[in-house]
Amino acid sequence: MHALNVDYMLGLVPILLSYLPLTLGMAAAGMLCALVLASLLAVIRVTELPGLNVFAKLFISFFRGTPLLVQLFLFYYGLPQVLTFLVSINGITATILGLTLHFSAYMAESIRAAIVGIDRSQTEAALSVGMTQGQLMRRIVLPQATRVATPTLMNYFIDMIKSTSLAFTLGVTELMGATQKEAASSFLYFEAFLVVAVIYWVVVEALSWVQKWLEQRLNRAYQR
Amino acid sequence: MIELKGIRKQFGDQVVFDAIDLKLERGEIIVVVGPSGTGKSTLLRCINFLERPDAGQLTVGDLQVDATRATQAQILALRRRTAFVFQNYALFANKTALQNIAEGMIVVDGLSKREAHARARKILERIGLADKADAYPASLSGGQQQRVGIGRAMAANAEVILFDEPTSALDPQWVEEVLGLMKQLAAEHQTMIVVTHEMQFAREVADRVVFMDEGRIIEQAPPATLFSQPRDERTQRFLKKILAANPA
Repeated sequence: MHALNVDYMLGLVPILLSYLPLTLGMAAAGMLCALVLASLLAVIRVTELPGLNVFAKLFISFFRGTPLLVQLFLFYYGLPQVLTFLVSINGITATILGLTLHFSAYMAESIRAAIVGIDRSQTEAALSVGMTQGQLMRRIVLPQATRVATPTLMNYFIDMIKSTSLAFTLGVTELMGATQKEAASSFLYFEAFLVVAVIYWVVVEALSWVQKWLEQRLNRAYQR
Repeated sequence: MIELKGIRKQFGDQVVFDAIDLKLERGEIIVVVGPSGTGKSTLLRCINFLERPDAGQLTVGDLQVDATRATQAQILALRRRTAFVFQNYALFANKTALQNIAEGMIVVDGLSKREAHARARKILERIGLADKADAYPASLSGGQQQRVGIGRAMAANAEVILFDEPTSALDPQWVEEVLGLMKQLAAEHQTMIVVTHEMQFAREVADRVVFMDEGRIIEQAPPATLFSQPRDERTQRFLKKILAANPA
């Protein structure tokens, strides 16, 4: 057992932090795309849109039913062999794509549950005013479903940030990849991975604060 | 003018009503009474297709709709010519009182937000809730919520406002303020169809009281006539029972 090399750890922090933007960028891009896709899937599932509903069910089933790592390998190493125009897909794009598809499957289900939970009489009220189904969704149902789904969606976002670490298996030098390289050259594995663990932890903790603030804001309309 | 001809509605095998005819002139106020479960609310909901009638013809103003062939566009047009007040208020929980009233004007009528809010403020004054413009439904009393519900209906500038037991879900202390607002609308000759158990309201405000039982319109007459000389035996029995419970 050797003493913790604190100087090495402190020196590592700024180096690793310089990779944080890439990690957060991939997560943010994945989250945005996943939100859009998940909302679409949820609306399809709720309205049981003919034709697309079966597709949505199958999509959700597959991307929830297989590991993210398998999906990433499938997109990055596998798919270009079949669809040759994908040969130029880079690791970052593949990661964002994988995160989007994987997490949208989970998020679709929580958005769907939130939509179904909106009091039916508000739907009727919106229809009675003369709104179309689309207007009803956009103006009344989705804003309220968002509030209900926010805590769960934030959890998925946190999970997604951590899952970006899998990108290093596709050769992307992000936070985890950079740590791996640093550790391999210094042989101080414990120190390096401890630092990166703390960085992830602090980021997630900061997000939990954002989540709290967001929930309070969204709940404003419901305080008596 | 509003006209219902041969309106039929069934849920599965159960026929709620078979051939309802009803006609109102502009400015007329009709109160529909009758025992629970006779299809009064369903009839009201058929008028704006919250329930789709299985047969019959509907005329609202210049719009004529055949229930069996109604297109989505016709249904929307019909809903834009009618307004609905719900028993449980059904306010949009994510919107303030002002926004609840303005929402339809913005989304459906295409008014600018500014114009819609200006009009909504006028309506809030008329319903006596000018000071609650920015309050969310959760912070309003039942009576206030229902007045906003009526305000939302007023904003639609509809040919007819349909009231589905607007005071039934209210605590007794809020009933008067809601009925008061409805009387105010009646005095302004707003065309309305009101399903209610408030006999005193029917007596004071209705031009015509319609008595429904088991999916049929049994008789209809001005309140003075219907309450004092009901012709049908079923009407007599119903009035006797309900007036014993709530003397008008």
